[in-house]
This record gives sequence, structure tokens and C-alpha cells, in this order.
Amino acid sequence: MNLYLRRRVVNRVGLTLSILATLFGLFWLVWLLWTLFGNGLRWIRPSLFFESTPPPGANGGLANAIVGSVILTIAGVGIGAPAGILAGTYLAEFGRASRLGAIVRFVNDILLSAPSIIIGVFIYGLIVLRVGHFSGWAGAVALALIVLPVVVRTTENMMRLVPDSLREAAAALGAPSWKVTIVIVYRSARPGILTGVLLGMARISGETAPLLFTALNNQFWSTDMSRPFPNLPAVIFQFAMSPYEDWQHLAWAGALLITVTILVINIAARMLLKKRGKA
Amino acid sequence: MSSAGAATQARENEPPESFGPSSAGARSLSPGDRFFRRLTQGFAILVLLSVVGILVTLLSGSWPALKTFGLGFLASKEWNPVTGQFGALAPLYGTVITSVIALLVGVPVSFGIALVITELAPRWLKRPIGVAVELLAAIPSIIYGMWGLFVFAPVFAAHLQPWLTEHVGSWPILGLLFEGPPMGIGMLTAGLILAIMIIPFMAAVMRDVFETVPASLRESAYALGCTTWEVVWRVILPYTRVGVIGGIMLGLGRALGETMAVTFVIGNAHDIHLSLFMAGNTISSTLANEFTEAVTPLYTSSLLALGLVLFVLTLIVLVAARLLLMKMRAREGERT
Repeated sequence: MNLYLRRRVVNRVGLTLSILATLFGLFWLVWLLWTLFGNGLRWIRPSLFFESTPPPGANGGLANAIVGSVILTIAGVGIGAPAGILAGTYLAEFGRASRLGAIVRFVNDILLSAPSIIIGVFIYGLIVLRVGHFSGWAGAVALALIVLPVVVRTTENMMRLVPDSLREAAAALGAPSWKVTIVIVYRSARPGILTGVLLGMARISGETAPLLFTALNNQFWSTDMSRPFPNLPAVIFQFAMSPYEDWQHLAWAGALLITVTILVINIAARMLLKKRGKA
Repeated sequence: MSSAGAATQARENEPPESFGPSSAGARSLSPGDRFFRRLTQGFAILVLLSVVGILVTLLSGSWPALKTFGLGFLASKEWNPVTGQFGALAPLYGTVITSVIALLVGVPVSFGIALVITELAPRWLKRPIGVAVELLAAIPSIIYGMWGLFVFAPVFAAHLQPWLTEHVGSWPILGLLFEGPPMGIGMLTAGLILAIMIIPFMAAVMRDVFETVPASLRESAYALGCTTWEVVWRVILPYTRVGVIGGIMLGLGRALGETMAVTFVIGNAHDIHLSLFMAGNTISSTLANEFTEAVTPLYTSSLLALGLVLFVLTLIVLVAARLLLMKMRAREGERT
């Protein structure tokens, strides 16, 4: 009986600890979101979206940074997503068993988890150092390099879920293989591929490290991608680390904006996938 | 992380052969086919080239520093822009220590979460817990940093640090780790925030590999009268060991390279202290803080050399992680 009792006690203790661990994990999410809304919501006002970042002590908003971040994100996805979809297409359609396919798949997984600051350093050496100054384009390329592996991976996975019988049916009707891929496979895998693009977008919307020495930052309104470019994460970094309270308030507002945007994109991506599952 | 699960499934269900025209018939390809194939192949190679490019850029950029300091770069804790003396030891130490703290805290918690999702939670609760954990992973690192600096650090300094000093501080060897003023920021804070950030990644991988255990195996164990804990500890864990270690390595890879969250809370001091309460530095936080301020070529080159050290370190960890996870998947393929 003693043995049984011990086993039951061990079981109870182990499972209780596991449940506590889960609560511990969820606790941080709740605490973080709670303080984010508590500190940020107060400072979300119209001027935030219409005025540029102020010098300390003056009134202002985050308009230039918000617009800059939106442009950078779109440019990053615009460069990274098509490249990723094509590379993913190779892995799913042509390189399933090839040596090149296996190597690219492996290297892509490495790129997926490579530290984002290293990507920033790489683009600094590749573009900023050669051109001689920081620029929005350098930032966009750095972000594109972060989107790329996310899109490659989801594209391959989603295209592989398309049954081969569909491809064979199209091929039997006389469609050339490029047409099979574009008209048949892309169409059936579209929600999944789009999910990958959205997840990539969510990932880069808040990325700071790779922008620090590529796009740098810009205090003023600017849409010139060949110059240092304003962006929200860098502004948050600068303002939050500053001793000025009004700057810190703007940083909280910006942090809330970014987090809500990312959570919304994430949930949208999830719903997109779920819809596909039902159809 | 559900996509990773989908991937394993996709790979199991389909024979891993190329769908496209086989190489034997390549000569009969139409120009359109050949073009499309080459195009996608080109972009696949681009992925390869970018990783090679990272390595080459870091190597060539850090060459001046490596030539000046040699291997001593790794062993010197000197970091003085004025005299032009640079060594990687302090940031390297900080990187390793914060990552170890993150793993010590994060691994048991992730294991618990994965266990709850796969074995304990009722069906209707599994998805919400999974989604919440994934949202934790989606929050950008700068938000963690800001929250850590303004919210967590003060609470930590006011409550946890004095408690640690009082209770653990007098222990023989362990006590040395918890000495010093309760400032809130420092290595321990950075490690704890890293732990929170890597928990979702490790939990997701562990959940995925736990779900690969055949139901028959699990059910046989239950039928023999095992408790849930025994099933997990003696059946599921031995079966998935390789995958679990792979997931932990993946988390370690993230912790090593994490930048913004650490930069906010580590205190940015080029020092090596035994006490975890003291301010320190990691490779990534040094890069984030100093890169744009580096004025001399040797300074920039030394920072690039730090980047190289970090990249090689994460590369080793990530390659090991992926190989382990691949081994896990391959073994699974044999059984099904």
C-alpha cells in the first residue's frame, strides 16, 4: 500500500507543478498586457497620429514613426514574401528529394532562428558600409531577410498539403507543370501561404535590433527611403531609455500600438487558417 | 508553431519524391517549365547565399580586430575604446550566464505547459492555452524590454531581491550569486525575462514532439496501471528525448541572440561579477548600444568580431537542435 500511496503522491505533486507552470506562463502574458494597456491607453490621443516626434518637453506625436514603420514593413514584406514564396515553391514542387532541397530546407531553418541583430549587422556590412550612410532601403532589406525564412517554411508546408492527385489530374489534362503550380497548387494553398506572409509581417512589425544600424531613425517626417528612416521601434527604444517623462509616455503609447497591431495580425492569420480547415 | 506540426504530418503522408518532371525527362521540358523551375531554384539558392553571406560579411568585417588581438580577443575582458583595447570575455560571459538562467527557469516551465496541453487539459481548454502561449511568443522583444525596465525591475528590486539576499545570501557558495545592492536591473533580471521569452518556443516544440508518441504506446502504459506522471516520465519522455533536447537547444539559440529585451534591463556594464545582481553585458546588447557610436575602424571591427562570435555560437546550437529534431522525425518515419 505504501508503494501505491507514494506513486499517487508523486503523480499529484508532478501534475500540480505542471499546472502551476502553465499558470506561471500565462501570468506573464496577463501582467504584461495589463500594464501595457494601463500605461499606454492614457496617451493614445489624436495628436499621436498627426504630429511628428517632438524634442523633449514639447508636444508631439508619433506620426512620422508610425508612417515610417508601415512603409518599412510593407517594403520588407514586398521584398521578402515573393522571394520566400518562390523558394518555398521550389522546395515543395521540384526539390522534394533533391540534395539542394534538403540543404536549403536546413539552412532556412537556421536563418529562421538566427539572431535578428546579426541580420542587422550583415546588412550594415553589405549595404550601409558600401553606400556610406544609413537608409530606409537597408532597413527594408534587413526586414525582408527576416520575413524570407518564415514565408519559405509556411509556403512549403502548405503546398505539400495539396494532394498530388490534384496535380496529376491537371497534368493529365495537358497543363504544363508551371501552369499546374500557379493555377492549381497556388490556388488551393493560398490561405495557408497568406497566413505565412501575415506571420512574417507580424514578426517584423516589432523588430528593433535589425533596424538600429540599417534604417537608424529620423526625428522628422520623411518618406525618402534612401535616407535614415523614422520607425516606431527605434523611437520606442530611444524614448523609453530617455530620462524625459513625456518621451516615456509616447514610448508607452507606441508600445501599445505595436503590440495591439501584432496581436491583431496574429489572430487574423490564425482565423484565416481555421477557415481553410473548415472549407 | 502549429505549422511545424503540419509539416511533420505532411511529410508523413506523402512519399518524399519530387512531383515535378524527373531529371531524366528534363530535356523534354517546355521553355516555360524550364524558366519557372530555374526561377524558383534561383530563389532557393538565395536563401542559401544569404546565410553564407552573413558568415562572409562577419568574417571579413572582423578581420582587422582578429588580426590585431588574435585568439586573445576571446580571453581578454578589456573593453576600452579610448586605448583601443578590445576583448570579448565580458559580453561572452554575460551572454552565457543569462542564457543559462533562462534555461534553468524556462525548461521546467515549458515542460509543464507542454504536459498540461497534451495530457491534462480537457479538449476545450487545449486550444486557448496553446493560443495564449503563442501570443506570448508574438510580442516583440522591445516590449518585453520596456516592460522589464519599468514594471518588472522595480517589483523585483522591492520584493524578490531583498528576499533572495536575506534567505539565500548567507548560504556558503550559492550566496555569492545573490550579493550586492537590489537595483532591479542586472544579469538575473535579464535571465528571467529571457526565460519568459523562450518558454513559448520550447513549450511549442515539446508539445509537438509529445504528440508524436503513438496512442497505442500511451494507452498500453495507462492500461498497465501507470499514473499520468509515470506515463509522461517513463514512456513519453524517453520516447521523445531527442526531440525535447532539440527544442531546448532551439530555445537556447533564441536566448543567446535575443537583443532588445536584454539591452533594456542588463545595465550595460563591461564587467564580470560573480553576483547575478550586478549589471553586465551580452554580445547582442553591446552591439545594440555601441554599434552606431563606434568611431574608429578597429572599434567597429571589434564589434563585428563580437557579432561573429555570437553567430558561430548560435550556429552551433541551432545546427545541433535541427539535427536532433530531424533525427526524431526520421525515427518516427521508420515506425509509421
